[in-house]
Amino acid sequence: MSFFDTVRIALRALLKNKMRAVLTIIGVVIGIAAVTTIVSIGQGASQLVSGEFEALGTNVVLVLPGQTRRGGVRQSGAPTLTAADSDAIGRDCPAVLASSPIVGTAGQIIYGNENWNPKEMQGVGADYLVVRNWELEAGGFFSNTDIDSNAKVCVIGQTLIPKLFRTINPLDETVRVNNVPFRVIGILKKKGANMVGDDQDDVVLMPHTTVRKRINGSPLDTVHAIMVSARSTDQMGKATKEIETLMYERHDVGPTDEADFSVQDTTEIAATLGIITGTLTLMLSAIAGISLLVGGVGIMNIMLVSVTERTREIGIRMAIGARGKDILRQFLIESVVLSCIGGAIGIALGTLASMGATMLINAYKPGTDWPMVVSIPAALIAMGFAASVGVFFGYYPARRASKLDPIDALRYE
Amino acid sequence: MALIELNDVRRVYDLGEVKVHALRTVTRKVELGEYVALIGASGSGKSTLMNTLGCLDRPTHGSYLLDGEEVVTMNRDQRAKIRNKQLGFVFQSFNLLNRTSALENVELPLMYGTKIPARERRDRAMEMLGKVGLADRYHHHPSQLSGGQQQRVAIARALVNQPSILMGDEPTGNLDSKTSREVIELFRELNEEQQITVILVTHDQNVARNAKRTIVLRDGEVVEDTEDFLLAKAALEYDPMLA
Ligand SMILES: Nc1ncnc2c1ncn2[C@@H]1O[C@H](COP(=O)(O)OP(=O)(O)OP(=O)(O)O)[C@@H](O)[C@H]1O
Ligand SMILES: [Mg+2]
Repeated sequence: MSFFDTVRIALRALLKNKMRAVLTIIGVVIGIAAVTTIVSIGQGASQLVSGEFEALGTNVVLVLPGQTRRGGVRQSGAPTLTAADSDAIGRDCPAVLASSPIVGTAGQIIYGNENWNPKEMQGVGADYLVVRNWELEAGGFFSNTDIDSNAKVCVIGQTLIPKLFRTINPLDETVRVNNVPFRVIGILKKKGANMVGDDQDDVVLMPHTTVRKRINGSPLDTVHAIMVSARSTDQMGKATKEIETLMYERHDVGPTDEADFSVQDTTEIAATLGIITGTLTLMLSAIAGISLLVGGVGIMNIMLVSVTERTREIGIRMAIGARGKDILRQFLIESVVLSCIGGAIGIALGTLASMGATMLINAYKPGTDWPMVVSIPAALIAMGFAASVGVFFGYYPARRASKLDPIDALRYE
Repeated sequence: MALIELNDVRRVYDLGEVKVHALRTVTRKVELGEYVALIGASGSGKSTLMNTLGCLDRPTHGSYLLDGEEVVTMNRDQRAKIRNKQLGFVFQSFNLLNRTSALENVELPLMYGTKIPARERRDRAMEMLGKVGLADRYHHHPSQLSGGQQQRVAIARALVNQPSILMGDEPTGNLDSKTSREVIELFRELNEEQQITVILVTHDQNVARNAKRTIVLRDGEVVEDTEDFLLAKAALEYDPMLA
């Protein structure tokens, strides 16, 4: 029997029992919809993560203070990095494009009667924008001279403009941070929100020396971190090695000593995060897959019932010349048609559900731009999966039908 | 070479504790173009023999040559092919697919055989329905047809692949005497005008009388094989217990 005729007969058989077919299909729909939703939300998450790391600046390597021993007590995050380390890295490592010390702080910024608590207030070096691959919208950035002289200048992000200045042009205006007056010399270009929904434009940048001495009032000559960018993505490994070698030397770390700093390659972090989101997606998909399995068992159940009910029909078909494989194909295609219809509806529903979920996430976490991923390969895989569920769970009943003895089948009441 | 050659065909049903000898031994030949009636008391083995001839069942012993080919040793697919091409089988209960039109029922054997374009398949099925006088009922489902009409659809289905033999196990058993006569007439026509070999199992003496040759079975054995219906009738009514 031709494939076309077989499909036609399968469809007709299913239509004879519409309610039953619909209920069986629902099982598959739920399974496929669950898998599709989870895969597509998961892919959105990984895209978000990788997008964030791209936004951080290309090819960024972080040098963080590490463990140090003081009287045998380990201290992690102890202040061990200096601005001189940052300068040395920028100067002596060929694979490094630029390097900037980071000194964090927090506080209120006041302009006239307005005040604001920016999310990020950082003291940075003159090359910070190069490191972050960030640009200025207007004005300029502070120079090494400004840094050396602890100049009271700052560069602000876009978010601060409406909060503090409203309609006034912020350039050359004076703001106060911890009662220290700062002149606004530059405005950053808009960067948007990061992966946790934090507004990256809610930022104030100042010379790290000024922050350390005038705001933090720290007696130590240390910085919180050093942010470095490599010349290219390919050079990141090389840059990391060079930084480590240089820092070992500068910090006098012997081959058996524990380093008092750590170098973190952000692409590595991104990759790790990617693995985490990927694994999570896979795990959740596996759980969703179980519901697909249940749907498959539903198909098998209904096909077994159908074979029993239609034993006489099978006998008639065999009596007029149907071979075992004709019968096998007929029932197999019936179950594949069931599962494929379920698969198609499931993909559509799953896509809708993930769109809804994405919208919800974006609505409840303003600023986040969780991407909506509709992946065609994923849909095709889901479809193939649905079809194989049909084949897998339909095979046993179909095989049973094909093995029937024509006489027994004809006698069946 | 005879069309059908049975040689010591036996069929034993093994029910565990007891063995039922449905066919003890049957050795018989049927030539092309014959019209044979199989009669016998209930339980004498008529259906068992008919199913064997129709390649629906396999004997437990003996040889069955159809057109010179041994059927007993054939596999399932080969026998399916014979049922499709060389034999047409009609049943007492018609055995049409319900909720399927008369036309599609008749088309069915053409679907399982060698591939034929859908159009030609339809034309041939239509032609066959015309021959059994149901051209105007092609779209009716079995439930919308009378018993006689259903059996005629079944005959059209049995003949659509132009088999050389038409077999029937009590094809008039579920019909009233009038429609039964119409069906018998159809068998006679097919046999006389188209030289189709007809073998029927029947309880109906009218059907048996219509045949040219009558084989009488008793307890799984042939006890009479004659062209004289009266002899057959005598053999049928002979009671060994009274003898
Ligand atoms: N599947 C089976 N299992 C066991 N015994 C069977 C089976 N089919 C038939 N028989 C036995 O074989 C014998 C012959 O049966 P068969 O159906 O051939 O008789 P029949 O001549 O067609 O009878 P009837 O005129 O009532 O249809 C009977 O004794 C019956 O009980
Ligand atoms: Mg019988």
